[in-house]
Amino acid sequence: MNAHATGAMPEITYNFAYLDEQTKRMIRRAILKAIAVPGYQVPFAAREMPMPYGWGTGGVQVTAAVLGPDDVLKVIDQGADDTTNAVAIRGFFEKTARVATTTSAREATVIQTRHRIPETPLTENQILVYQVPIPEPLRFLEPRETETRQLHALAEYGLMHVKLYEDIARHGHIATTYAYPVEVAGRYVMDPSPIPKFDNPKLDDCPALQLFGAGREKRIYAIPPFTRVRSLDFEDHPFRVQRFAQPCALCAATGVYLDEVILDDKGGRMFVCSDTDYCNERQEAGHRGEMAGEAGRASPSPQPSPLRGEGADGALNLSPTGKGRPEGPGEGTWGVPTTPSSAGDPGSARAAPSGMTK
Amino acid sequence: MYVAAKGGEKAIRNAHALLAKRRRGNKNLPSISLAQIAQQLTLAVDRVMAEGSLYDVELAALAVKQARGDLIEAIFLIRAFRTTLPRFGYAQALDTSEMLVRRRVSATYKDLPGGQLLGPTFDYTHRLLDTSLGVADEAGEVDDEARQADPADAAPVAMPRVTDLLGQEGLIEAAPADEGAEPFDITRAPVSFPVDRSTRLQTLARGDEGYLLALGYSTQRGYARSHPFVGEIRFGDVEVIFEAPELGFELSLGTVQVTECQSVNQFKGSATTPPQFTRGYGLVFGQCERKALSMALVERALRWKELGEEPGAPAQDEEFVLSHCDNVQATGFVEHLKLPHYVDFQAELDLVRRMRAEQAAERPADGIKEAAE
Repeated sequence: MNAHATGAMPEITYNFAYLDEQTKRMIRRAILKAIAVPGYQVPFAAREMPMPYGWGTGGVQVTAAVLGPDDVLKVIDQGADDTTNAVAIRGFFEKTARVATTTSAREATVIQTRHRIPETPLTENQILVYQVPIPEPLRFLEPRETETRQLHALAEYGLMHVKLYEDIARHGHIATTYAYPVEVAGRYVMDPSPIPKFDNPKLDDCPALQLFGAGREKRIYAIPPFTRVRSLDFEDHPFRVQRFAQPCALCAATGVYLDEVILDDKGGRMFVCSDTDYCNERQEAGHRGEMAGEAGRASPSPQPSPLRGEGADGALNLSPTGKGRPEGPGEGTWGVPTTPSSAGDPGSARAAPSGMTK
Repeated sequence: MYVAAKGGEKAIRNAHALLAKRRRGNKNLPSISLAQIAQQLTLAVDRVMAEGSLYDVELAALAVKQARGDLIEAIFLIRAFRTTLPRFGYAQALDTSEMLVRRRVSATYKDLPGGQLLGPTFDYTHRLLDTSLGVADEAGEVDDEARQADPADAAPVAMPRVTDLLGQEGLIEAAPADEGAEPFDITRAPVSFPVDRSTRLQTLARGDEGYLLALGYSTQRGYARSHPFVGEIRFGDVEVIFEAPELGFELSLGTVQVTECQSVNQFKGSATTPPQFTRGYGLVFGQCERKALSMALVERALRWKELGEEPGAPAQDEEFVLSHCDNVQATGFVEHLKLPHYVDFQAELDLVRRMRAEQAAERPADGIKEAAE
């Protein structure tokens, strides 16, 4: 770089999707190997990216390697398209690859995600790219790569089963709620990235290709389409996912993963879809949650609303049996009368803000 | 709410605009030029080149400016640019015995060929704030005439390395021979442990100065004690020689400034090797003596296995030391905790609530004591 210090510096230009073609070939080779050996962590020469390690550099590199000019890209973080990091990554590819982007899980051909799998079932024409912080499922049991590599080679996963067993012995539960380990195609134990275990069943027999990129740790792994993925468990403690006591407050969806949104400092809270695209789609189709009128269909993430009484008893009330404590209307003594017009079933006792139950 | 619906994009744009404004500061003051940064914040620029592992003074100065003086951020900027550069090939190993030396001190000999050459150093300064520097057009302590009078700075010369002098007697282990093989390139291939020497040195050379300083310090305090002497620490200009296969001859790409430190450490000898000194090696772009010295200490500590020493100290743990010394990786992963984690937190929240409820159901009387837990 010879530009004089006082003059204008020369413009710096980058290749399609930022990475040079040789690097993309290297990553594609790693991806092919990962697909050939499902669940196996393939070392690859991860590059330094213009976003920080830990912020999705692995996923970004995988996406850059599989992305073509005709692809339609969707990026989500925590299930939402509008989270700041998802916005930043989507903007990165709009700028460097000029690909079309979307928030629709149906329209997208490549979906890069952090911490969630979309609620909308994926298809054979899609690739789901996960951002992975720690690819090694055994890392917190054995920090050394030299050791864990051997354990994988020998399929020696006793350590993991002991950990899960000790959880049950100590807490009565497997105390792993996200990044819940899975066995892929009957061979490798794999970290599905920090998705809630709620999403684990979607990994199994998925029609889409699932690619996992860990940039800082320089590993890529994959689940090919229609591959058996089993969440580790015991016969007498079968794997179970979280279940929410109430539907989404905006779109009334049930059986989906919800975010708990705190509305005020008086214990007011609401539960809404973590998957904003899914929630929007349902609202557009006319589904109405109990707070849809106020929080508005235009915004997938709820705005703090004056409905302070929602869940106004304030107790983090939780029932292990799955039945929330019934809450009478009008308990909220502050602010606006509380019970939102739960148009669907006004008679039924609403669940307390008890979060999820099994 | 930092994920406010559809507000994310606008919020990011606004944040960046505000950052640009804060970076520029008061517009009534002149903007700092890259030349000023390169000339007057030389050691910051050197550190950015060293840990960014890219020798380009102007880009490093730009990075310092853009990063508002946050050197790890500046290093990150340089790394992200460096990664896009094509590789033409590998230069020949630098010959530091041909270095045009601007500073060289040895702690093992009072005098030696070439002499002790203090050069530009903070050593022996009294750390008293010099308020005369507080004025805009300070004259500087050394005028140009005095600078001209320093022959080493005006016309630096090469001088033999201390370790070469020791080596003539066989008192120190020989430096590993350069077999001309391509080095392992940690920026182009994933590292797996255990690593070879070139991987170890590369990783340390771009490692965080503070991290290596702390680990090197720990070896002095009894964690992997290796009785080091600073055989020599030298700083100066070295020519970079590249042999282009298409051309069939060597050409000089120019010179870079580097700091090299060779420590001389005790070694009692073994069944096959007579007692002799061993080396720890540090090499850093620019003038970064603290880093070069720390690197030499840590490098030596990591060699415990080949020298048959007892392991057990943190600085000897290759996988631990090398996996955590990169500050761009470290800062990224530490700072990613600022990203939203509420999906996972929700899952944990649920579990904690459930377990608390179960416990309360089992032992209702204990409920009062809860706060004491």
